[in-house]
Amino acid sequence: MTAWSGYLDLILQGALVTIKLTLMGSVLALIMAFLAGLGRLSRFFAVRALATVYIEFFRGTSIFVQLFWAYFVLPILGFELTPLQAGVLALGLNVGAYAAEVVRGAVQSIGKEQYEACTALNLGRWQGMRHVILPQAFLVMLPTFCNNAIELLKATSVVSLISLADLTFQAQVVRAQTGNTLVPFATILIIYFVLALLISWGTRRLERRLSRGLDGVRV
Amino acid sequence: MAAPIIKVDAISKSFGAFKVLDGLSMQVMPGEKLALIGPSGSGKTTILRILMTLERIDGGHIEVEGEQLYHMEREGSLVPASERHLARMRQKIGMVFQLFNLFPHKCVLDNITLAPMLTKGTPRAAAEKRAMELLDMVGLADKAKAMPAQLSGGQKQRVAIARALALSPKIMLFDEVTSALDPELVGEVLNVMRKLAAETDMTMLLVTHEMGFAHDFADRVLFFDRGKIVEEGKPDDIFRHPKQERTQSFLKKIIAAGHRV
Repeated sequence: MTAWSGYLDLILQGALVTIKLTLMGSVLALIMAFLAGLGRLSRFFAVRALATVYIEFFRGTSIFVQLFWAYFVLPILGFELTPLQAGVLALGLNVGAYAAEVVRGAVQSIGKEQYEACTALNLGRWQGMRHVILPQAFLVMLPTFCNNAIELLKATSVVSLISLADLTFQAQVVRAQTGNTLVPFATILIIYFVLALLISWGTRRLERRLSRGLDGVRV
Repeated sequence: MAAPIIKVDAISKSFGAFKVLDGLSMQVMPGEKLALIGPSGSGKTTILRILMTLERIDGGHIEVEGEQLYHMEREGSLVPASERHLARMRQKIGMVFQLFNLFPHKCVLDNITLAPMLTKGTPRAAAEKRAMELLDMVGLADKAKAMPAQLSGGQKQRVAIARALALSPKIMLFDEVTSALDPELVGEVLNVMRKLAAETDMTMLLVTHEMGFAHDFADRVLFFDRGKIVEEGKPDDIFRHPKQERTQSFLKKIIAAGHRV
């Protein structure tokens, strides 16, 4: 029994790493999503091209390969990264590429009449984007962002391959030491599931908060 | 005689193969109230949208207060206007849309204060004070904190008018502002416009199907058909004694459809 509590401790430490990776990766993904998503809508060809290359490249190659590049190849080029940094970088850039298309689609889903009101009120392109289009588009993005964040959470398990001690890594450690597969993997199954539930619960709350008043119901 | 505030000179505009405006010319004097009427597709809304720079022109020139709208003078010749030039010119013009185009995520007050604060750097307190005055003018001071979705169509349109007025434009464009409203809500919007016409010397261009209102409101009526002004004159002349056959048949159809002249 004491042995199991030690192993559980190990797994909880792994959970912490997974949570950290998910949070930091999501922040990077969010930044990349807005940069590349808005970049794709730019007036300037070079910006559009750059954003498109980024999105296609990171969507079109495996997260596994990207992680190995971040961790094993970048040092050769002179960028030494810790496993955590490499993990955040690969996860953020990968999921950011998917989320960028969400940003673009949401911005384009806002009706022409909103853009025309911006012009008629003489708002600059960025002013209109910042104060009128993006706040409305963000609400459209949220449900898909929720999906992206859950994808990112699940993708964190690949970092165990660069020896970062996340949930999956710790489960394997426990399995190797005890010879028991069921208990550690059932435990992390539940933990992943609970974390995913937390993400979807959180975004749903945010969504409800942000959409207050939009449907005519008094706040 | 004073100089015209708007001078439209031989404007042409096509959407694909469809020629909406075909060498249109017109002039508007400062403070004039103008009603633009005509069948749909005649180009009357398009000219408003062009004045608000929502559509670009294919040919011709427009002057607002003696300055080119779509062109700039550079070394003696006219070149296409930069975005900065357009932004400066837009300060003179405001527009109210058929479908209100309020910002649904902002309360009434924020809808009105947003543009003055961003484009003119008006401090929030001053912008809100002015917004409240305008809301008072359109009879909606008690709705300042309401969200657009909580308002009726007529109330939305009155907020949209207040929002456009907050930038103090010299020219206001009204694009079928009552067409999307339930009949019983039309009156409240028209009343606001009447008040506006009586209390300010703003130049107002109005595209409308409300012939009765156009008759009372306008100093001059322009009848559009197929991208051209077919007939223009004082409301009484146009509505009571139209000379052109096309004007006559249009008015006949409108009256047959139940509109009061």
